[in-house]
Parts: sequence; C-alpha cells; structure tokens
Amino acid sequence: MFKKILSLVLAIAMIASLCIAFAACDNGNGGDDADAKDDFKLGVILLHDEFSTYDLNFMNGIEEARVALGLSEDQVIIKKNIPESNDCYEAACDLIDEGCDVIFADSFGHETYLLKAAKENPEVEFCHATGTMAHTAGLANFHNAFAAIYEGRYLAGVAAGLKLNEMIENGEITADQAKMGYVGAFTYAEVMSGYTSFYLGAKSVCPSVTMDVQFTGSWYDEAAEKTTALALINGGCVLISQHADSMGAPTACQDNGVPNVSYNGSTVADCPDTFIVASRINWAPYIKYICEQNMAGKEIAVDWTGTIATGSVVLTDVNTKAAAAGTAEVLAEVKAQLEAGTLRVFDTARDNFITVNNEKLTSYKADVDTDDAFTPDTEVVSGGYFHESEYRSAPYFNVTIDGITLLNAEY
Amino acid sequence: MAKNTTRTREPLFHVAKRGQMPLWKSLAIRICAILAALLFCGVLCIVVLGKNPISFYDNMFKGVFGTKRRIWKMLKDLAVLLCVSLAVTPAFKMRYWNIGAEGQVHMSCLASVACAFYLGGSVPNNLLLVIMLLAAITAGAIWAVIPAIFKAIWNTNETLFTLMMNYIATSLVAFFLVVWVPSGSSALGELSAGWLPTIGGAIDKYGYLLLVLIVALLTVAMFIYLKYSKHGYEISVVGESRKTACYIGINVKKVIIRTLIVSGVLCGIAGFLIVSALDHSITVDTVGGRGFTAIMVSWLGKFNPFVMILTSFLMVFLQQGSDQVVSAFRINDTFTSIVTGIILFFIIGCEFFINYKLIFHKKEGKK
Repeated sequence: MFKKILSLVLAIAMIASLCIAFAACDNGNGGDDADAKDDFKLGVILLHDEFSTYDLNFMNGIEEARVALGLSEDQVIIKKNIPESNDCYEAACDLIDEGCDVIFADSFGHETYLLKAAKENPEVEFCHATGTMAHTAGLANFHNAFAAIYEGRYLAGVAAGLKLNEMIENGEITADQAKMGYVGAFTYAEVMSGYTSFYLGAKSVCPSVTMDVQFTGSWYDEAAEKTTALALINGGCVLISQHADSMGAPTACQDNGVPNVSYNGSTVADCPDTFIVASRINWAPYIKYICEQNMAGKEIAVDWTGTIATGSVVLTDVNTKAAAAGTAEVLAEVKAQLEAGTLRVFDTARDNFITVNNEKLTSYKADVDTDDAFTPDTEVVSGGYFHESEYRSAPYFNVTIDGITLLNAEY
Repeated sequence: MAKNTTRTREPLFHVAKRGQMPLWKSLAIRICAILAALLFCGVLCIVVLGKNPISFYDNMFKGVFGTKRRIWKMLKDLAVLLCVSLAVTPAFKMRYWNIGAEGQVHMSCLASVACAFYLGGSVPNNLLLVIMLLAAITAGAIWAVIPAIFKAIWNTNETLFTLMMNYIATSLVAFFLVVWVPSGSSALGELSAGWLPTIGGAIDKYGYLLLVLIVALLTVAMFIYLKYSKHGYEISVVGESRKTACYIGINVKKVIIRTLIVSGVLCGIAGFLIVSALDHSITVDTVGGRGFTAIMVSWLGKFNPFVMILTSFLMVFLQQGSDQVVSAFRINDTFTSIVTGIILFFIIGCEFFINYKLIFHKKEGKK
C-alpha cells in the first residue's frame, strides 16, 4: 500500500517537474520589431501592500495610469512589502533583469538603496516618491517627486473648521472648546507641513480653533494610532485627523462618534458616521508622466511637484452624513482660489494667521539640500508667504506655530 | 497494546511508535511530504485563484533560480537565516526556549551601526570592521546572557523574558533612529563606512561571496562544537535531563550561561553581517522576523547544522518563490504565508509518520 502511494506520488512529481522544466525553457525574448510602447515596462517597489492606506493609494494611482496609457498588465511589475534595506536594491536590480525601463519606489527610506541601483544602471530611469536627494545627487537617471499636498490638507482643514462651526452653533461645544486632535507619525517636515496646513484651513473659517498633535513614532502601527486617537479624544479633542498609514485613527473615531478628516483615501466604508472628507495625493498623473516621457525618449524632471492643477492633489467626496451643511460648496470656492493663486496656504502676511510666539513669521531658513548634518540652507519666506514645495518637491515646512500644541515631540 | 478478548469494537487502526527508521526512508517520506504539499498548493492555485498550476510552479522555481542574481540573492538570504539559526541551535538543544534571537540580532545590528555612525571616516575601514564585529558580538552576548543569568539563578521563564527583550531592542533602535536623524524621518539611509569588502573579483559579481563563506565556516564549526566538543556533550545532557546532568557533575548554571553566550556571539556575527555586508543601515524591521524563522529552521533540522542548510534553503525558497508568484499573478501577499503554512504543515505532519506507524486492523478475530 505504502509503496504504491509512494510510486504514484513520485510519478506525479516527475511529470510535474518535467512540465516545469519545459515551461522554464520557452522563455526566450521575442518580438524585437515591437514599438516603444509594447516594449515598455514599469517596475514598482512598495513598502507595504494594499492593507496600508499609503501603499494602496499608490497602487490605485499606478492602476489608473496603466489603464490610461493602455499598457498591459504584464508591463507593470509590482513588488510589495519591500523593506528599506538592501532588499530594496535587490528588488530594483531584479526589476531591471525583468526588463523594466522605469523603476518607481514609494517609501522615503528606499532612497539611498535606489540611488545605489541608479548609479550602477545609468540606462534605467529611477523615480522616487517623497525623497529629497535627486536635486543634489547629480545623476541624470534619478528623480524625486511629491505633491503640494499641503493644499489638499488645507482644504480638508476648511471642512473640519466648518464642522467645528456647526458644532458651536448647535451648542454642542463652546468656541473655546473647538480643539482638534492630530495623530502624526514623526516630527518630520512632511507631517509638520501637513498638520500645519490642516490647522490653517480650519483656522481660516473657525478662528478660535486650537489643535493637539500626538506622534506615534511609526508610519504604520494600527494599535498605536488607535490608542493615540483615543487619548486625544479623551483629552477633549472634538475632531480628529491623522497622518499615519493605518485605519487606527479612523476606526477609533467611528467607535466613539467623533468626526474624522482622513488621509490617503476615503474611509467612508468603514466609518460611515464620522468620516467627513479626505485629502490624498493622486499619483496617477506622475506615473503617467514618467511613462510617457520614457516612451517618447524624453527627460524626466529631476524634482516634480504635483498640484491641484495637475490633478495630483485631490479631495474625496464629502460625506454629507458627517460634514457640515454646505461644505462641498465652500470647498469648491476655496479650491478655485488656490488654483488661481489668489490664496496662499502659508500666508505669512495675513494677520492672526501664522504666528510664532505671537509674532508673524518673516524669515525662515529650511534644510532644502540634504546633508549629513541637516543644516538649514535656503531662505523660504518671501513675498508674503512660505514657499513650500517650491525649492524641492518634498515638504520642508517644520515650524511649530501658535495654536498647535505638540503633546509628545520626542519622535 | 493490551487487547481485550471480549467483544469490543476495535478501532480501524492504532498508532505505534516506530523504531529507528533508515535514513533513506525518512528522507523519502519528507520529500514526498514536500511534493504532496506542492501538489496541494497547485490544486489550491486552480481552485482559489483560477490560475494554471504549471505557471505557479514555474514562477515559484523562476523566483529562486530564474537568474544568476536570484540565485545569489537566495544564497545570501540562506546564509543570513542559517547564521541566526546556528545561533539559536545550542540553546534549543539544551531545551532552553530562547525566542529572543530577533532582539539579540537587532541589538548587534544597532551596535554595529553605532560604530559605523560615530567612527566612520575617522578610523580605517578594516579597523572599523573589527570594532563593529566586537561591538556586535558584545551586544548580542549581553542581550542573550541577561535572561540566561535570571534563568540560571532564579529559574525565571526564559520564553517570556527573551520575548520581552525583543521589544526592548526594537524600541532602543527606534530611539536611536530619532537621535541620529535630526530631520525626524527616522530613515537613516545607507552609511558610507564599515562595508565588508568583496572577494573573488568576477566570480563574486553580486558581492555576497564572503558572507556565504563566513556562514559556511560557522556551520562546520557549530557542527564540530555540538558533536565533538565537551561543551556540546554537556549541552545534550542538560537538554535530556537536568537531574542526570547534576548527577554526573555538570554545573548546569554554568552550562546555561555559557551556551547563551555562544548563542549571543553568533547572533552578534549575524547582526554584524547584516549591517556590514547588506544593509549598511538599520530600521526597526532590519531583522525582519529571521529570529523567529530561525527557530523553525533549527527544529526542522533536528539541531544538525548540515541539515539546517536544507531547512533554511526550504524557508528561503518558499519565501522567494512565492514572492515571485504573488508578483506574477498580481495577487495578495498573504498567499506567500498560505503557501509557506501549507508546506510546513505537511513537513511537520510527516514527522508523525516517521516517528509512529499506523497499524490497520483487518478483520476481527483474524489477528
């Protein structure tokens, strides 16, 4: 009996291995007469997978771009869960072996490893989201990209401010109690720029608003984000927003009936009663841009900043169940002003808006060119506003302004 | 098995312990188990994913052996995993449940990176490498020996203790990342100093040869240590029975502490190799669960360093192969875990048939 089974299993195994061997052989490179578009391949390196709102946002953008460009599924190779280590370099090299012409990576910590791969493979284009080194690296095939997401945050902040106004009018809170809570990842410019623009948006419609910010010390830690949101709620915050990548904060809000302004995408499916609106970066325009440039044999910009106008900074639909009445109309109006350039988010000239120790911000040196010591090198306040994302795509606003309290700044 | 002569319903079969099975037979059973598991995965592939199983096996295979680079990547991952597995082996052989290899390696990485961070550029690279190695070994040994001392003296539970030490290590790494990266991003990036040199010129195109050779040497050394040294003998005796060990005059406390220092030193070497040969940096995920996978490698390999080469290959093969399947099929990454889980289930399940046999009862009264 046992021998019979054994021989059967072995026979099947042999057949299977033969099939594998044959399948592995017919993998020659055919079709050299195809045009640039059919030959083109995009390789993508993601830090996590679709369970992270951050990476999901990239995956959606890539898929949107792929469909728009008419590329087949085989022309986009995605590698998920690639840590910020030598694995990133290995993944990039492996994608090159698979014939990718452009390689895109989505996490800040991928940068040095991607840079290494870029140096060794000058014929392949490397595009890195959120990074800071391209404009000083001096490599023709290494590029950074980000979006002026502070504009989207500002709009989301306006929606939050309107909600606070509604709560004040309904007598649920007094004007002094209009305190928002913000779950941040690290005290990093990207986060600080984000929560400050969110706060300014709220302040532009609800002048008495204040905000507490608490950091989790991790970009993705569902438990910590949830408990941090709860701590903020218990500390008297009546509205929560977040800059971290899990569903922790939105779920805490839904569980406690506290309005939530989300990030990276709509969380309305899981939080139907509390989700107001979310801002997100739509990466599709950038992905489309880099693919098109490469196919046409043109150069990709060293440092690319997406805006509302390029379709890179977008808001989700307003959830009328949670948002204040008329929010969508106000947002459309403010959006038009931002697009026209008549409204500046970091408007340092405006009274009672951006102040540090009750004084207006008139000058600030930011660390734009990355060096080991992180020395501030560029004056970024001029012409009455803070020039965010203009000298390089990644944010560099890292001033703590009046009205915002950092509950734990050690991260 | 005593049998009743009265009319009782006899079970269909009963289980009996096997004697020593010849090596070829037990190996054959294991290979069958792996093949059966792969077949099962193929069936799952058709039923759940609706994909061609041939393409599943094809991708699995190509993901590991498809290109020269992938073979080297496999060898490099195998070497690192094997190194951590070698580190946990003596402790497990002694029945000391050290699940803290993750933290011990992490601390070693931290120590190495700290040396490269502070001394990089001011001392020659070779000297820096020596300092990094010593720091890593010290850190690993300290992290391993703290629970060992508590175990030896106060008989604390080493499983919980070593597990907790992992969390402390992770938090320490997070802390130093905040200190070292003033911009607040906690992404240190590659350091420019403290790189392990590459050897072999053209043969070593991908630069992992030295790493692989070092681990190969360690494997042989560990085999000799466990099999032929007095220490190795003492470890087996303490593992089999602590009372016997006391009776024949082995100082159990001393053996526990000494063995854990050996473990820690090997974790230190693993951490040093990860930093100097691969990452040149550190994050909270640098060890990436290898400290836990290593336990499985060590157990499946029956604490034999040479068999552990095979078991770590199996782990790396499954990971790398199913990663390729996930990428090629555009499916969720959890598929990797499912495949790994199924195959391990079959392998561990087949141990049952190696240690026990089923005796089927044909007809009543005939026996």
